[in-house]
Amino acid sequence: MTRPSHFRRALQQRNLMIGGALTLATLMMALVSLTWTPHSPLDLSPARRLAGPSAAYWLGTDHQGRDTLTLIMIGARNSVSVGLAAVAIGLGVGVPLGLSAATIRGWWDEAAGRIVDVVFAFPAVLSAMLVAAILGGGALTPVLAIGVFNIAVFARVSRAAAIQVSGREYVRAAIALGRTRTDVALRHVLPNIAGPVVVQATVQFAVAILAEAALSYLGLGAQAPNQSWGRMLKDAQSLLFLAPGQPLAPGLAIALAVLGLNLLGDGLRDLLDPRLRPLRGA
Amino acid sequence: MIAFLVRRSVAALITLTAASIVVFLLLTVLPGDAAQLQMGTEGDAAALAALREQLGLAGSLVGRYLNWVGGLLTGNLGLSATYATPIAGMLADRLQITVPLAGMAVILSTLIALPLGMLAATQQNRPGDYGVMAFTQIGLAIPSFWLAILFVLLFSIQLQWFDMGSFPGWAGSPMPALGSLFLPALALALSEAAILARVTRGAVLDTLREDYVRTARAKGLSPGAVLRQHVLRNALIPVTTIVGLQVGFLLAGTVVVEAVFTLPGLGQLLLLSINNRDLLVVQTIVMLGAGFVILINLVVDILYALIDPRIRRGSHR
Repeated sequence: MTRPSHFRRALQQRNLMIGGALTLATLMMALVSLTWTPHSPLDLSPARRLAGPSAAYWLGTDHQGRDTLTLIMIGARNSVSVGLAAVAIGLGVGVPLGLSAATIRGWWDEAAGRIVDVVFAFPAVLSAMLVAAILGGGALTPVLAIGVFNIAVFARVSRAAAIQVSGREYVRAAIALGRTRTDVALRHVLPNIAGPVVVQATVQFAVAILAEAALSYLGLGAQAPNQSWGRMLKDAQSLLFLAPGQPLAPGLAIALAVLGLNLLGDGLRDLLDPRLRPLRGA
Repeated sequence: MIAFLVRRSVAALITLTAASIVVFLLLTVLPGDAAQLQMGTEGDAAALAALREQLGLAGSLVGRYLNWVGGLLTGNLGLSATYATPIAGMLADRLQITVPLAGMAVILSTLIALPLGMLAATQQNRPGDYGVMAFTQIGLAIPSFWLAILFVLLFSIQLQWFDMGSFPGWAGSPMPALGSLFLPALALALSEAAILARVTRGAVLDTLREDYVRTARAKGLSPGAVLRQHVLRNALIPVTTIVGLQVGFLLAGTVVVEAVFTLPGLGQLLLLSINNRDLLVVQTIVMLGAGFVILINLVVDILYALIDPRIRRGSHR
């Protein structure tokens, strides 16, 4: 397959286009918030608290009179950094683990399989509560908990893909030519399992955003003065009687970011290999 | 089959033991001396030693671990540091909410997902299919606790159909209790239903391509009869697996939904214990959760092997 045909097929893919656009929007929000937000997140004013949308405050204000759009942008930064870090931990440890298990097999494969089983016994929210019990709440808690869970996910996905690829002719040929196992794994197997791993990475990014929001909602994630979508929902819930519109913006932000990543993952999967199915669940 | 059972059970036992060691080390060793923490700077050495004895912190690490595991197995879970009451009793109270909540969510999720998945598969690439797939994308993207908040807003505050923050209990008629668990269960069920509907659709589509389905059609069975007698049965195998795996995740999901609806379940107790640094309670609940997930995985694998003999022989992992 050549690049131009890939590109043309990508343009025709609705999932890929919508998912890509939503994901890009989330990433841009996070990036832009580093240098510019419509208002300062520290700009409090009891006079304009819980205001509806207006020309100056597009999404209204929160219970302290802060601009909601500003908080959503800063929340995006938090979600994106937790998601990226958790996926990076998963990729960095999980892929070498899965690849080496598929290459070496035997006792190492068995041991890696057991480790993965143990991690999977703790759903991400549960392991996050374990981490929170030790470290207390904080930005690091969701990263560690979701990251460790992701290690197991990527180890399983890359091991399965590597075993499948190992049976192909070009890998057998490389072995027959006398290449070392490490050489074959790194130069022939690894590039060919990139597809499923990338697809899984988008799914895990989405799972991380959902889990981070849940943990922040429970008070175990980002702490004040840091903003997060989950904390915004927590604040909004305590004011439901006064301001029923408050939960809309942060909830929609989470849903659109997750929808974007899931669609992007589905689109990439169809583009790379229609037979692949990513693992689901948090 | 016996050999498979033994092999699989031994593997589950190893996983369970490893998980318990991880939980024990993380929660007893890492946070430091719990007795010292509880006593603060007050108290002399004798009082500290007495408290340590009371909290089960005396003795060697291995002895303490075995003590804890022995307690787990016999139901003697020790005392909560915050409330000074037996943990076993606290858990029993809380489980009366969390288990029915998770169970209701599984039932609702299956009731929503199976018809949707079958509809999508039989309507592949037609409007019905697109509608179901759009629903599943939305279901996957909406956080269950946001949905729960929206339910509270609509049904409890606007329509006032539903009383927030009170659980009537199971004494007397079960209907009020079931009623108060319905919305939380629905909030939990929707995202699981989205996953399950996709799995059902895929399983039905795979089965529709099988030779025996073509044969059944060729011998003149009506499409409805083929679906009922041949497709559904076989498609249910992967669907059952996913339902089993979801039970564990649902149990974890109850933590968040219980918080939204202020239901005094196991998740609320876990959260409270984390905030109170009541680590023995945290340790026990997390271990029970992990043990439950491992057990469910084992049961699912055994069921799977009963249904599909090929799995017993090969290494399917």
